[in-house]
Amino acid sequence: MAVSPLITRLGLALVTLFGVAVIVFCLLRVVPGDPVAMMISPSATPADIAALKARYGLDLGLGAQFMLWLGAVARGDFGTSISLRRDVLELIGERLPATLELAFAALVFGILAGGMLAIFGTLCRRTPLEPVLDFLNGLFLAVPDFVWALALVLLFGVFLPVLPISGRLDPSVPVAFATPFYLLESLARLNLAAVGDLLAHMAMPVLALGLPLAAIIVRTLKEALIEAMLQDYVLLARLKGMSPLRLVVQEALRNAVGPTLTLTGVQFTFMIGGTVIVERIFAYPGLGNMAIDAVINRDLPLIQGIVLTFGALFIAINIATDLIAALLNPRQAHG
Amino acid sequence: MADLSLPLAVPRHRGKTLRVLLTEPRVVLAGGFLALLLLVALFAPALAPKDPLEQDLMLGTLPPAWLEGAEPGFLLGTDDLGRDVLSRALYGTRIALTVAVTAAGLSALIGTALGLAAGWYGGWADRIISRMVDIWMAFPPVLLSVLLVAVLGSGLHSVIAAIVIIDWTRFCRVIRAETINQAGLDYVTAARAIGFSRRQILFKEILPNVAPVLAALISLEMGIAVIVEAILSFVGLSLSSDTPTWGGMIAQGRQMIHQGWWVLVVPLLALFATVLAFNQLGNGLRVALDPVMRR
Repeated sequence: MAVSPLITRLGLALVTLFGVAVIVFCLLRVVPGDPVAMMISPSATPADIAALKARYGLDLGLGAQFMLWLGAVARGDFGTSISLRRDVLELIGERLPATLELAFAALVFGILAGGMLAIFGTLCRRTPLEPVLDFLNGLFLAVPDFVWALALVLLFGVFLPVLPISGRLDPSVPVAFATPFYLLESLARLNLAAVGDLLAHMAMPVLALGLPLAAIIVRTLKEALIEAMLQDYVLLARLKGMSPLRLVVQEALRNAVGPTLTLTGVQFTFMIGGTVIVERIFAYPGLGNMAIDAVINRDLPLIQGIVLTFGALFIAINIATDLIAALLNPRQAHG
Repeated sequence: MADLSLPLAVPRHRGKTLRVLLTEPRVVLAGGFLALLLLVALFAPALAPKDPLEQDLMLGTLPPAWLEGAEPGFLLGTDDLGRDVLSRALYGTRIALTVAVTAAGLSALIGTALGLAAGWYGGWADRIISRMVDIWMAFPPVLLSVLLVAVLGSGLHSVIAAIVIIDWTRFCRVIRAETINQAGLDYVTAARAIGFSRRQILFKEILPNVAPVLAALISLEMGIAVIVEAILSFVGLSLSSDTPTWGGMIAQGRQMIHQGWWVLVVPLLALFATVLAFNQLGNGLRVALDPVMRR
């Protein structure tokens, strides 16, 4: 019974991804400026230009270009970057792991910080601390990652210079990585110097991305926890003499976590969008930073590849969120 | 049944709405700040002590007045080209508010129209509009805005167009849900029983009842628009770096962060305060105008 809704979801996801592909393709065909003119020397003859256009399929009709492109994309061939003269899939393969490590670190931070503060807030209910926490929560909800990132640069990069403000790894750390997942690889090899340096570089971007997420989790989870605390079974556990902390964590949390989970999935997709600008601010060599360069250089194949990668990532996160929610809530899976 | 529909049947009197708004501190404080900001934008030429474009390399990277090495007349210091930071920040309110008002207004117009259509008429209109929203939501907004500005070319019009093209979905989703919500309430059934046409019910009954949600959304969207403009200026895809914008100043401040932190701090604080004000105004409006939440 639970299988057919999943297939429907996957079908819808494919339709959505196809829609994304159509939009990306159409948008980039109307870009003003001739990409060929930018990649060829001014002394090129018309024959040279025509040859180059034919090489990239730019001389065909729009429909033919789209079919050609879609077929190539389906085979994993995103073409060659015009500005970097390298295979797009290869470039994405190098940069995506950096972004994924950053995004997942921020996700873990956001869930841990948000979850703990929500539990703390529930325990502080009807104490003088509650309005203070609510006020801070409201303030944090209003501050976007862009502002956080810059405020953190000022705070920990300039006024109290304890953290590096750009890059992913200090060149002085002597490591040769076999994979682009630097953090995971360093952890697996127990290379603590590299782990420390990588984490120091990630600290501020992770805070900038994770704090807004934490703020939203606090608000949603605390609301659900307070509601759950009013239920009969929690009251019963309280009458049995369970401590308030155990009451929240063991009894209320399990039943309150559902809405927060769905919300976290949606917020995680927004956060991955946020990596674009946060990576830019911290000169972090991820996919988002490369995306901005690609746009500035009007590198069509690279832009297409990156946007499709992000689109696929978003859809994967949505499906994963649905699956986890169904696993955690047996009633929903049968319904 | 009765307690669900009762608050929504409250007749709306303009004077009463205003009184309710004035009892909500967030609306008063944030609204007051934004009104002040509007005045700053309107009278920037009179308020700014210097010409925001005037460069003087001899007066480059001067610190704010309270620090050692400051020059009189440059209250918040200068950037590396010797331009007055205070004057540029004051002029920056113009771009910020222009983008906020036009982008939020246009997104609201398009999103509300589509949201009402999808929620009220349902059927194929709803299916097409909802699927479009889903596809839109599959894009990372920041990436899409960068992409759109690359397609449309840089400049203020492109920034506004990009925000509208991306953010109409925010209005569409909420207004659609709210319309479906309202359509199931007793007053709509009553209006239908009296003999109102579907179009009459939509514009005379449903629209006024989704207006409070819409007002709150517009305020929140203005905050988002200000941020997006700043981000695009920061990346160098909005106005040219000569024009004083907060995002442009922030980009410049990020580059010279070790030489003069004030070039980053001043526009960042302006941006922060403005976004916070729009946000608080939106939340305040939602609470103050929602009869259920007001209880």
